[in-house]
Amino acid sequence: MATVTAASLSQVDTRRASRRPLGKVNPLIYPVLIVVGVASLIPFVWMVLTSVKDYGDVVSLRFWPWPPLGSSTPRFDNFTEAIRLIGVDRDTGLPMFLRHVLNTAAVTAIVIASSVTTSILAAYAFAQLEFPAKNVLFILVLATFMIPEELILVPRAVMMNKNYLNWYNTLPAMVAPFLVNAFGIFLIRQFFLQVPRDLYDAARIDGAGHMRYLALVMIPLARPAILTLALLEFIWTWNEFRWIQLVTSSSNMRTVSVGLVGFLQTDGGAQTQLAMAVAVMVVLPVVVLYFFTQRYFTEGIATTGLKG
Amino acid sequence: MVAAENVRPRPEWRIAKARETLLAYALLAPALLLFVAFTAFPIGFGLYISLHNWRLGPREFLGLGNYIRALSANSEFWPSLGATLTYSLLAVPLQISIALTLAYLLFQKIRGKSFFRVVMFLPWVTSTVATAAVWARLYSPDIGLINGALRSLGLAPLRWLLEDKGVFTLIAGGLGITLPDWLRGPSLAMVAVVIYTTWVFVGYNMTLFLAGLGNIPGEMYEAARIDGANGWQLFRHITWPLLSPTTFFVVLITVIGTLKAFNHIWVMTQGDNGTQTASLLIYRQFYEFQRAGYASALAFLLSAVILVVTIVQNRVAAERVNY
Repeated sequence: MATVTAASLSQVDTRRASRRPLGKVNPLIYPVLIVVGVASLIPFVWMVLTSVKDYGDVVSLRFWPWPPLGSSTPRFDNFTEAIRLIGVDRDTGLPMFLRHVLNTAAVTAIVIASSVTTSILAAYAFAQLEFPAKNVLFILVLATFMIPEELILVPRAVMMNKNYLNWYNTLPAMVAPFLVNAFGIFLIRQFFLQVPRDLYDAARIDGAGHMRYLALVMIPLARPAILTLALLEFIWTWNEFRWIQLVTSSSNMRTVSVGLVGFLQTDGGAQTQLAMAVAVMVVLPVVVLYFFTQRYFTEGIATTGLKG
Repeated sequence: MVAAENVRPRPEWRIAKARETLLAYALLAPALLLFVAFTAFPIGFGLYISLHNWRLGPREFLGLGNYIRALSANSEFWPSLGATLTYSLLAVPLQISIALTLAYLLFQKIRGKSFFRVVMFLPWVTSTVATAAVWARLYSPDIGLINGALRSLGLAPLRWLLEDKGVFTLIAGGLGITLPDWLRGPSLAMVAVVIYTTWVFVGYNMTLFLAGLGNIPGEMYEAARIDGANGWQLFRHITWPLLSPTTFFVVLITVIGTLKAFNHIWVMTQGDNGTQTASLLIYRQFYEFQRAGYASALAFLLSAVILVVTIVQNRVAAERVNY
C-alpha cells in the first residue's frame, strides 16, 4: 500500500492528463458523458427545485410546476418556514438552525486550525530532521490510517461520558477525534520532501534556524498542499454526522448534518419541500467553496487518494 | 554528510544532534499526544470494554462472553456480516467498472472535460446526509422521481428502500415464477443503497484513475500505434497492466470504504429491509441500547474481517500488480 500512496506530487499531476490524448475521439463518447453528467446533477436539481415548491406540487409529482409549464409561483417561504419549524435556541434567542450553523462553523474552524498546525509541525520533523525512532514513528502514524473508525468509535464515546473526561455534549468532545489527521501529515510531508536540501543550507548560512526556515521558506512553498488539506478538512468536518450525533444530546449543541437528520425525523418527514430547503442550506456552503477551489480537491485526492 | 562528521564526533556536533532530536520530538508532540489519547488508547480501552457488561460504566466482567454471544449461531452479527459483504460485492465492481470507463473516456481529447470532471466529483464533496435524504425521496414509492419515471414509461412502480424482498424474487415474480427462498438475492432496498453509493463515489474513483492514466508514458502508446495496435489492444496490453497499481489501490480503498459504510445507510433505511450492515449494527447496539461492551466486541470482529480482507488483497496484489 505504501508503494502506491507514496507517489510524490510530481509523479501524480492530474492536469498533465489533459494534455495527452489517446488518439481520435469517438463522437459517441459525448452522449455517454452527457447522460452521466445529467445523472450526477439531477438529484441536486431536483433538490433545489423541490425546495421552492408547494406541497401540492410535490405530491402531484410535478418536476417544473412554474411558468411556462404550470401556474404555480416559486415558494421561497419554504426556507423561512423550515427555519421556523426547527425552532429557537432558548439560550441565545437565535433560530436553532442558525445555532447549528454556528456550531458547525466553530467545530470546522477548530478542526482545520488544529489539524493543519499539527500536520505542518509533524511533517517538518519527518521530512527535515533526523532523530531516533523516526521510521518507527512514521510507520505508526501511517498505521492510524488503517484503523477502522468503528473500532474506536465506542471507546472514544465512552471516554467522553461523565465517569471519564466528562466532555459529553460539549465542543471539546465534538472536535476531539479530528484534531490530528495522519492524512494531513503524509500530504504535507510529501510536499516538504520535494524542497531541495540546498535551500536549508543556504538559510543556515544566512543565520536562520529550523523554525524560521519552516515559517519563512517551507510553509509558503507548501501552500497548495496546506490549502488542499484545509479544504478537505472543511468538507469532512462540515459533513460529519455519526460522531456528533453520538456525543451530543441537546439540540443547541448539534451541527447542521445532525440537525438535518433530526428534521427529517420530525416536520421534514412529511413536508418534503421543507426537508429539501434545509438540505439546500446544508449543502450550499460546501458546493460554493468547491466550485471556487475544485482544483485543490482533485489534486489532493489524486496525490494521496486516501479517505473514502 | 553525517558519515563524514561521524569519524570524530566533536562536542559541538553532539550538542547540535541532541538539539535536533529535541526539536523533532517537540514538533511531533502535539500530533503524537493526540494520536495516543484519541486513537491508540481507545483501541486498548475498547478491548477492555468488550470484555465487560458495560452500560454507562463497567457492570461485570464477562471475559469473552460478548464475543461468544456475537459469534453464536442465532446472533445478528452473521446477517449483518452477510449484508456487509453483499453490499461490498455489489458496490465495488459497479463503482470500479463505471469509474474506469469514465476515466478512459475523459482521458481523451474531448471538449468540456473539466466541466464533466467537476460535475461528476460533486456528489463526493457534498454532505452524505443531505444527498442521502434527497435520494431517499427520489426513491419514495409515491412521490419519488424514479417511480414517476417508471410510471411514465408504463412500468410498474417499485417500493425501493421499503422493499424487503430480494431482487431475484421480484424479477421472477414479474415473470410469474416463484423462486425458492435461498435464491432471493439482495433486497431491493440494498440494491437502491448500492445505486446511491455508486452515484457518490464514481467521480472520486474516476479522479484516481485519471491520475493513474496520466502516469503512463505517452511514448508507449505511440510505439504501439506505430506497430499497428488498435484501441482495444492498447487498453489490454498497455493501459490495463500499467494502471494496475492504481486499480489495486482504488479497489482496496473502495472495499474498505464499503465495509465501513454508515451515514447514507442510516439516513436511507436505518438498517431496515436487509441493509443492516455490521457498522450499522455496532452503532445501533451502542446508540440505541447503550450496550458498549457488546458493540465493542462486534467492532473488534468487524475489524478482524477488514484486516483479513486487506491482507488477502495485498497478497493478490503482490502476484498480479505490476509496479
